[in-house]
Amino acid sequence: MYTQALNDPANKIANVAEDDEEQYARFMARIDADEKIEPNDWMPDSYRKTLIRQISQHANSEIIGMLPEGNWNTRAPTLRRKATLLAKIQDEGGHGLYLYSAAETLGISREEMEHQLITGKARYSSIFNYPTLSWADIGTIGWLVDGAAIMNQIPLCRCSFGPYARAMVRVCKEESFHQRQGYEILLALCNGSDEQKEMAQDSINRWWWPSIMMFGPHDTDSTHSDQSMAWKIKRISNDDLRQKFIDATVPQAHFLGLEIPDPDMKYNEETGHWEFGEIDWDEFKQVLAGNGPCNRERLAARTQAFEDGKWVQEAALAHANKQAARAASKEAA
Amino acid sequence: MSDKSSDSPIWEVFIRSKNGLSHNHVGSVHATDKEMALQNARDVYTRRAEGTSIWVVLSSDIAASDPMNKDELFEPGSDKIYRHPTFYDIPDEVGHM
Repeated sequence: MYTQALNDPANKIANVAEDDEEQYARFMARIDADEKIEPNDWMPDSYRKTLIRQISQHANSEIIGMLPEGNWNTRAPTLRRKATLLAKIQDEGGHGLYLYSAAETLGISREEMEHQLITGKARYSSIFNYPTLSWADIGTIGWLVDGAAIMNQIPLCRCSFGPYARAMVRVCKEESFHQRQGYEILLALCNGSDEQKEMAQDSINRWWWPSIMMFGPHDTDSTHSDQSMAWKIKRISNDDLRQKFIDATVPQAHFLGLEIPDPDMKYNEETGHWEFGEIDWDEFKQVLAGNGPCNRERLAARTQAFEDGKWVQEAALAHANKQAARAASKEAA
Repeated sequence: MSDKSSDSPIWEVFIRSKNGLSHNHVGSVHATDKEMALQNARDVYTRRAEGTSIWVVLSSDIAASDPMNKDELFEPGSDKIYRHPTFYDIPDEVGHM
């Protein structure tokens, strides 16, 4: 079963150390045979650590990702859009919880992950440090940001770690509506007044580059890629996913009548791919280092939610303990 | 490491997707008691009519087999082909059996 409680430390110590070649060989043979690794199976410590890092940061991204969209909850243009936005944000919260639950099977507590997030020890996707300045941004986030997330998450459904792969299947099933509702918002704006169309163009101008940065550094500069590929945590490289995303989205932008803000973007008839300009990796590094437009605001909002909600958690726990004690004394009497 | 004492316990969540099917494990939630566990499970795992019934069980109450013992537990089942109907030859003339 998939629980933290069953991964007791005593059991782990009894496991043979990572340098035990025989254990490692058996583990790799299972990976190579496309078998799933489950929480109670033997796994190298570095595999466990890599997964904890990746899954918890993925979960953090879902949770922080609610903030830029929440900015427009009270200002959605119609009730239909508002109901959609609320449902989408609730989904993101749910996705965060599926993922925290998957990470907990590896032996890290929910509280520890929360602590790592608000102290800045664990990261979340750079994209959520950009502001949502107009209603069009809600459309662009659904179309580009969720679109990029889907590209990244579909191969993760085949990830070697069972609980992560299963959480991804659920997430992908739900994510498709997110992308479609975003594109629909942009369609409405692009078929509207000149001002509305300008709003859509301004939005894609600001979100295009940060969205394609979501796939991470180029393969040649990606530090964790090779090992993650060998362990089948990662199935497709950063650059291949990015290219796939660009090939899918450029025609969608043209259908809307919008320009991609990249003067070097051109179609290569021979390869069948869209070729794009240089990505500003300095911006990417700055945002990851905490210097994006909204990094401080996001962490402050998360910290406040955590602090403000503490008393509820404490009261619920006190109530449960009191009820349990009362039931026990009744039984004794 | 943060103080773990305020972490509420983990409950495993099982959902019956349709009338007539058995409950399947879908994930876990944190909750301080059964009622909250059911409520949280509903919110997290059934936003799109995925279920008609929910079970929640304290994770710490579940006993699980050790993957290290997989062979001794399950291997004996695989070489007893005489436990399967196809092991037995029945003439075609007898008809379906």
